Amino acid sequence: MSQAHDASLIMQDGHGDGHGEGHAHEHHPFHQHHFTTMEQQFDASKIGMWLFLATEILLFGGLFVGYGIMQSRHLEAFVAGHHHLDWKLGALNTCFLLISSFTMVMAVWAASNNRNGNKRGVLITNLLLTLGFAGGFMVVKYFEYSHKLHDGLLPGKFFSYTGPDAVPNMFVFFSFYFMMTGLHGFHVLGGMGAITYLIIRSIKGDYSSEYFTPVDLIGLYWHLVDLIWIYLFPLLYLIT
Amino acid sequence: MADVIASPAVHTGDHGHHADYLSDPQHKGIWSWMTTVDHKRLGVMYLWAVLLAFLVGGVFALLVRLELMNPGEDFMTAEQYNQAFTLHGAIMVFLFIIPSIPAALGNFVMPLMLGAKDVAFPRLNLASFWVYVAGAVMAVTSIVVGGVDTGWTFYTPYSTSTGGAVTMMTLSVFVLGFSSIFTGINFIATVHKLRAPGMGWFQLPLFVWGIYATAIIQVLATPVLGITMVLLIMERAFNIGIFDAQIGGDPVLFQHFFWFYSHPAVYIMILPGMAIISEIIPTFSRRTIFGYRLIALSSVAIALIGFLVWGHHMFTSGQSALAASIFSFLTFLVAIPSGIKIFNWIATMYKASISLNTPMLYATSFLLLFGIGGLTGIFLGALSVDIHLHDTYFVVAHFHYVMMGGTVIAFLGGLHYWWPKMFGRMYNETVARIACALVFIGFNMTFLTQFFMGSQGMPRRYYTYLDQFQPLHQFSTFGSWVLGAGLLIAAVNLMGALRGPKNAPDNPWGGTTLEWQTQSPPITHNFAGQPAIEHNPYDYRYFKVPSDAV
Repeated sequence: MSQAHDASLIMQDGHGDGHGEGHAHEHHPFHQHHFTTMEQQFDASKIGMWLFLATEILLFGGLFVGYGIMQSRHLEAFVAGHHHLDWKLGALNTCFLLISSFTMVMAVWAASNNRNGNKRGVLITNLLLTLGFAGGFMVVKYFEYSHKLHDGLLPGKFFSYTGPDAVPNMFVFFSFYFMMTGLHGFHVLGGMGAITYLIIRSIKGDYSSEYFTPVDLIGLYWHLVDLIWIYLFPLLYLIT
Repeated sequence: MADVIASPAVHTGDHGHHADYLSDPQHKGIWSWMTTVDHKRLGVMYLWAVLLAFLVGGVFALLVRLELMNPGEDFMTAEQYNQAFTLHGAIMVFLFIIPSIPAALGNFVMPLMLGAKDVAFPRLNLASFWVYVAGAVMAVTSIVVGGVDTGWTFYTPYSTSTGGAVTMMTLSVFVLGFSSIFTGINFIATVHKLRAPGMGWFQLPLFVWGIYATAIIQVLATPVLGITMVLLIMERAFNIGIFDAQIGGDPVLFQHFFWFYSHPAVYIMILPGMAIISEIIPTFSRRTIFGYRLIALSSVAIALIGFLVWGHHMFTSGQSALAASIFSFLTFLVAIPSGIKIFNWIATMYKASISLNTPMLYATSFLLLFGIGGLTGIFLGALSVDIHLHDTYFVVAHFHYVMMGGTVIAFLGGLHYWWPKMFGRMYNETVARIACALVFIGFNMTFLTQFFMGSQGMPRRYYTYLDQFQPLHQFSTFGSWVLGAGLLIAAVNLMGALRGPKNAPDNPWGGTTLEWQTQSPPITHNFAGQPAIEHNPYDYRYFKVPSDAV
């Protein structure tokens, strides 16, 4: 079924009490037929995104609970493990994500105030900056991972570190380190894909104060990715 | 005008006959079905998919029962038996019951009941269907490439050490979870934003309330199952040390994670069943439902309390006595909203002019069977009793009374209720009643016996048994044949109707909710105009039962 408008859809049979009139005169190209107004469409999308974010929190929640229980079981191993993480690199990445959240907010602001293309440049610039900081985060992550790989500080059966500070069960810490940062990293990559999509559509001039739902929603998602890192950073890098 | 919930003919008559969603000339051919974003077509596709899963899961059930005719090996080895009951459980839970009512009937009916043109996110709905198909294909693949013998619960440490295709099966469960989440998100947004003008929260049909409560659980519980499955796969593949006690992990943690999803999932299964019963009973009693608000809110209460009772699956796992007592108490609490529903349904039927058409026969069966299933749940929620009954056939019988006697019976009732709306064709009423009777008798033969066996100590999942249990096991197996025959007759009857002419009236049962106001089958865009709501649902004072109602 196409999203196109069909004359029969708009047909009212006398029961319209204000809700039904909206779409009869206004046809935004991104207005989907089953919504009466653009506002209704926007609100529905926003509810959908918040629910999706709730599922994300619960997805990570399982890992956080697992981390908490395993940390209390193998406290010594977790403390020894965390000494192998470079908190400076973690802090740098925290800064990257925090700034990228700011540029994302600016992008949403630009999109929602974009009238006749007057904020299009600001929008595209800020999306590019966000993408750049996300890329920076992944580059730092790459160096951290390759360092661990070199030292044999790997999850589960791949753990091969035999240094003087090796403790039994240290591999459990690195299991969680790689699973948590790995899952988070996938979310960063997914976010980068989504932001790229936003950039392409912004260049096409799709977003304006009347329709900026994707920018708003991906913005929300991006803040969650940032927020999860805010919890991961102290949990993995700063515990003693 | 004043009487919106009037005979539907008044409204469709104004606009003449529209092409229905099945035969719309603009949307023809297989490809138009595979890429459809119409919630009705997706509901129908989901329906065929879950019915196929039900058939496969049912065949495994019959095989399990057949093997149990005699102690020892009949025609399956012990390993094959383990695989058969695992596949029965996993397919029935993940591929059939969880998507059955919400994704098939809910998808079809709920937007109609809201007076909406579609769900909030039609493309997400399509994605949900294909993700389901992908998960189903993976589940089938896991059978082919080695089978799974862990039971549907995938308990560690067995599941991290056994061979076979456990990784593939758990990956399939992970994928199916996405499908469930997509449906849940979609339905919540739909209920919030796409209600017809004038339809407040307490004008929602009770089916919508039930589906809404279900969607909340789907969204909040399923991600935890997802991460649990990922952790299990990681443990199998890389020995990450979370669930395997030999390398410092905690197998009981897996049980906590698993039941944090899977107990709420029980309510994902039963709430939509209750939702259907809440529609059928007022319609066939021709009476305003008793205690509308209590029924509506008790669905939400069940959804919320359901998150706090997972520990009752683990009374014998060595969790603390305090935790076990709290879980036991919370489990008892679930009985309150469930009881509220039962009593309100019965109060609705009291002194009403009841017509015992097939959907109503299923609904009354539900009341009895779910009553037994629910009350035996109280037995099992009691700590001291559970120590005795844990892992026996009593548990098996209990949850089959809830899942099959509750959800599946309600699903069948809903199928017979909405079949004329979905396909525009009436089935043979007499045959449908005979099928219903056989299902009811066969079901009780199969599972009532299992209560006795369980209370005498017959452990679940065992391949063989002591000779003293043989008469009951055989009776149970005979019952499974009666049950299978009933289901087969119901299927042939419903499918056979599809070959007949489109003879169903728009509102064959005299239902008051909006789906009965449009054509049978509905037009592509659901309603000729935007319906509006001026009365509460089930308010028969303002409703004229159409003359062509059965």
